[in-house]
Amino acid sequence: MADVAIEVEGLKKRFGDVIALDGVDFSVPERSVFGLLGPNGAGKTTAIRILATVLEPDAGRASVLGYDVVREPDAVRRRIGLAGQFAAVDPNLTGRENLRLVGLLTQMASPAIMPRAAELLARFDLIDAADRPARTYSGGMRRRLDIAAALMPRPPVLFLDEPTTGLDLQSRNELWDMIRELVHDGTTVLLTTQYLEEADRLAQRVAVIDGGHVIANDSPAALKAQLGSAVAELGFEDEAAAENALALLAAPYAGVEREGATVRLSTNEGPRVLIDVLRDLDGAGLAPSTLAVHEPSLDDVFLALTGRHAESVEAADEPMEGKRSRRRGAA
Amino acid sequence: MVVRALRDTLAITWRNLIGYRRVPQLLVFSTVQPVIFVLLFRYVFGGAIDVPGPIPYVDFLMPGVFVQTVVFGALATAIGLAADMKTGLLERFRSLPMARSAVLAGRTFADLTRNVFVVLLMVAVGFLVGFRIHTDAIALIAGILLLLFFGYAMSWIFATVGLSLGDPETAQAAAFPVLAPLVFASTVFVPLERMPGWLQVWAEHQPVSVTASAVRALVLGGPTASLVWQSLAWGVGILAVFAPLAVRRYRRAV
Repeated sequence: MADVAIEVEGLKKRFGDVIALDGVDFSVPERSVFGLLGPNGAGKTTAIRILATVLEPDAGRASVLGYDVVREPDAVRRRIGLAGQFAAVDPNLTGRENLRLVGLLTQMASPAIMPRAAELLARFDLIDAADRPARTYSGGMRRRLDIAAALMPRPPVLFLDEPTTGLDLQSRNELWDMIRELVHDGTTVLLTTQYLEEADRLAQRVAVIDGGHVIANDSPAALKAQLGSAVAELGFEDEAAAENALALLAAPYAGVEREGATVRLSTNEGPRVLIDVLRDLDGAGLAPSTLAVHEPSLDDVFLALTGRHAESVEAADEPMEGKRSRRRGAA
Repeated sequence: MVVRALRDTLAITWRNLIGYRRVPQLLVFSTVQPVIFVLLFRYVFGGAIDVPGPIPYVDFLMPGVFVQTVVFGALATAIGLAADMKTGLLERFRSLPMARSAVLAGRTFADLTRNVFVVLLMVAVGFLVGFRIHTDAIALIAGILLLLFFGYAMSWIFATVGLSLGDPETAQAAAFPVLAPLVFASTVFVPLERMPGWLQVWAEHQPVSVTASAVRALVLGGPTASLVWQSLAWGVGILAVFAPLAVRRYRRAV
């Protein structure tokens, strides 16, 4: 087994009355992608902030490449890159100037800074915009610049907090390719996401976080195996019809549940099952009025693991987010 | 360690000054507003204000306007830090292996640099509207240095305000009620003798008045030592209280 890059033990953090992390453990092998999967407010960002030495934990221990985040923060800072959820670039500096600033502040040797900036601008497709202030960038461009800034000093460990939230499909796929490339070159990546698909595509291992606890820690394939590869949602006229359908389907098929007038069925067997299900329903005079089939989502993982839906816990996470929304509320 | 702190402070100063160049609104706000005050008081209200002695009102007014300029200018420190907090830049800075002191030092040095520019501009505006110094160039330079030091101290008050509020608009709105009694209930625009007795107590000794009187004494003549020392003492006192407060707020701000 590879060496451990990130080690987290019994991590606890609370903000006032809100418990963001309540004893979190996980470890990330070197040269791999580890996903923290959970809804808003689950504690993902708090975990990343502690690992990036931005916040101190109330209890527990965390280390990056063997350096303790509380006792040796400077050693940790020399080895990490952080790209946050809220693209933290200076809107008044150009893309190139932003990278130069980070190069200077990460103590890179001066002659190495501008060539590295140029290399990253090319790699992230920002050459044409390199000398424009970042405030003129699109959301996707800003996000790419933010990640480029995190990569300036070639950190061996990279933290990405919801890197693809708000990105269009093409930018998202490009970013995924880039992350795979980095790991291939030896980087360890810890990323948070709300999307099972993202964790599935990128991560070798996923910890599902809920209410400050790790409720599952497994490979994406194993997580999905608990769920089935597809989820079918059958909508009925009313709850009574849905209840009848549930009664009919629950015996022959596993993973069936009803919510209102909708019956959900997860399956590993694909279209074959659907044909059988629809035939059974038709035979009982219970033809559904709507039918949708989709890949399992975070919500389905939650349902399988906790028996309830993934609910965003507003204000439970991240003091900054809390402050922001409160302020917005007051304005 | 010291080299790193210096290099990081220069880097942050550099990026803040670029901000001033690219977002001229802040600079315009801190220059146009005092120019309007100069025109208003020089040509509209000035005729109705009696100043003691044979000094023309414009010579009384300009040293006050210089102080007003650096005091209102300190607001930019609050706005800049609050904006960095809001965009998440402070969070990035805290994850970097940089000197902890550089963010606040770089911010206040950039604002000091801006003040040099703004004060020189206001001196030029003053000369254009008829302001004349009655002493010599060395006294004027001493006055400008005193203003810059006082403005630097004020920056640390507003660094604390900006980091406590974390939102540029809120910081701007919160600052005015603090600034108004300092700038207007003072000897910046009118002499002390015209105010009611209870107000004179405040207006004579508060830091903005003291600094205005010290600069006035320097450029118009008269006993300077006591006023200059009082202004310096205010500046040192403000720094002693607010620099540690701002540093503490910075440690907690994410």
